[in-house]
Amino acid sequence: MIEFLQHLVNGLSVGTIYALIALGYTMVYGVLKLINFAHGDVYMVGAFAGFYLANAMGVGGTPSLARAIIVFVGSMGICAALGVLIERFAYRPLRHRARLTSLITAIGVSFLLEYGFQLPSIPGIGIPFPPGPTPRFFPEPFARVAWEPFGLYISNYDVVSFVTAVALMLILQYIVYRTRFGTSMRAVSFDSQVAGLMGINVNRVIAYTFALGSALAAAAALLFAGSRPKVDPLMGLALGVKAFVAAVFGGIGNVPGAMVGGLALGLAEEFVSGYALSSYRDGIAFALLIIVLLVRPAGLFGTFRPEKV
Amino acid sequence: MRPLRIVLRSALPFLIAIPLCLALQSVLSPGWSIIVIAAGINVILAVSLNVVNGFTGQFSIGHAGFAAVGAYTAAKITTAMHGLQIVGLSAGVSDQVVFLIALVAGMITAAMAGFLVGMPSLRLRGDYLAIVTLGFNEIIRVIIENTPFLGQATGISGLPRLTTVLWVGLGVIATISMARRLVGSTHGRALLAIREDEVAAEAMGVDTTGYKVRAFVIASAFAGLAGGLLVHLIQLCTPRSFTFVKSIEVVVMVVLGGMGSVTGSVVSALVLSFALEGLREVQQYRMVLYSLLLIVLMLTRPTGLFGTREIWDIIKLPGRRKAARVEVTP
Repeated sequence: MIEFLQHLVNGLSVGTIYALIALGYTMVYGVLKLINFAHGDVYMVGAFAGFYLANAMGVGGTPSLARAIIVFVGSMGICAALGVLIERFAYRPLRHRARLTSLITAIGVSFLLEYGFQLPSIPGIGIPFPPGPTPRFFPEPFARVAWEPFGLYISNYDVVSFVTAVALMLILQYIVYRTRFGTSMRAVSFDSQVAGLMGINVNRVIAYTFALGSALAAAAALLFAGSRPKVDPLMGLALGVKAFVAAVFGGIGNVPGAMVGGLALGLAEEFVSGYALSSYRDGIAFALLIIVLLVRPAGLFGTFRPEKV
Repeated sequence: MRPLRIVLRSALPFLIAIPLCLALQSVLSPGWSIIVIAAGINVILAVSLNVVNGFTGQFSIGHAGFAAVGAYTAAKITTAMHGLQIVGLSAGVSDQVVFLIALVAGMITAAMAGFLVGMPSLRLRGDYLAIVTLGFNEIIRVIIENTPFLGQATGISGLPRLTTVLWVGLGVIATISMARRLVGSTHGRALLAIREDEVAAEAMGVDTTGYKVRAFVIASAFAGLAGGLLVHLIQLCTPRSFTFVKSIEVVVMVVLGGMGSVTGSVVSALVLSFALEGLREVQQYRMVLYSLLLIVLMLTRPTGLFGTREIWDIIKLPGRRKAARVEVTP
């Protein structure tokens, strides 16, 4: 029973991270019908942005909550800017071309970030940037406190991460379904051409969508760094694919679907690897994807919209 | 006379290639022959990927995963049969026969892997295939690293050095003639129709999923062939030779040459392979260059060098023009 609860706790804490990244995939897919391959790498950039900010502010030496929040918000801002830049210079010029061109560009951007970050550092700028291929360790922003109620292991990092992630998702839910911007985003996702005719600035909505998704990815990176403090340039690859699976599982383009999909994937991974096949942990997402594609390609909450000619 | 002509047309490229390759083999120094063989393997990979990414308009980025399947199958067979001699054959001939069996077995297992991966993802729109193949590439690595039978992360070492210029030459010819003849066939026309407009093709009665899966299976089989040839060149079979970096390399070759152009793939695979040989010192910038090349190509010339045309459509040869016109009439 205790083992079961422990897996539940771990699964939920990983699942919320997957959900935050999956939201970025699903929102961009909603408005552009593009699988943003570079999203996993935006997550990686978020982790490094946090790493540099934390080191610049000396978070590791003198931990304080205020500094942790500045690092958190700062790296969300950096990633939001990166997302907007990628959209502006790599995807917007190709929006009216064949879909395959944007997909190839997205792959190009993804590899540019991954391998650009692995280059040796530029000398003379004070910080080791690009970071190079060796993993770095994230400083702890506050002291780690662990509780063991009934033999379960829970640290304050798990709690903070879970609460922040849920809060962010609630805020997002509010933005998408209750605000003016959210309404125009849903309109663009439904039919961008008609939305443009109705006076919605489609370009701005798409740029904001990228900013929002990328900021969530940065948040996910920093929350995940609490339990796994290792950051390296290739960290976004596997996690990006997993979050994409979560988005497909929930129904790509569907915001609540991505949240449920992320949690479901986190739990599935934790339980399967905990009870049966521990070394195949990374394969579970892939197996799940194949099953979803075979059984219900539109995902849990997605509706299958036939393509019109 | 007709059957004879058909047989001759299929066999002719091989009949021409065998003496050419043998001549090349005797001329080249060992160092150069490794470079030539590696380039030939890249040509096989690029041309076979072009069947999926170029002709069919889908987008696979896990080609190295299928090469790994073929490579491990072939490596397992040659190591198991090493030292055994088929009755009635001399040692040298027996080794070659075993190698042929191993390569064919590698193609078959890679094709089966292609079927398993393609079946669910090709029922949907193209971009799912990209993610699924990327995931498959990673999964293959995870499975190999967890399987003691396949040597885990260290791989299978001590493979016999069986790949020669002749074997690669034959592989290249087989791949190119497969691709060229596929495009001209009913199957190929269906694939091109899917690339141009999937909805319209389906409306015209093309079994889109069936054709897409078949194209994917064919491409995977030839990737398996390339994998089998590669590990018997470097005499070592590790998951490191088949990472997604390799897959992206092949994708860049296809995109640069022009998606849908067989000669384009051949030219860009050769150019990139030889260029890489010259750029050994700046190895770490290679992937950065590749990704920049992809982005810039898409922004400025998304068709690649040749587009869907072949080299003889661009450099018009006098005899060729007539042949092309004849092809259109029926």
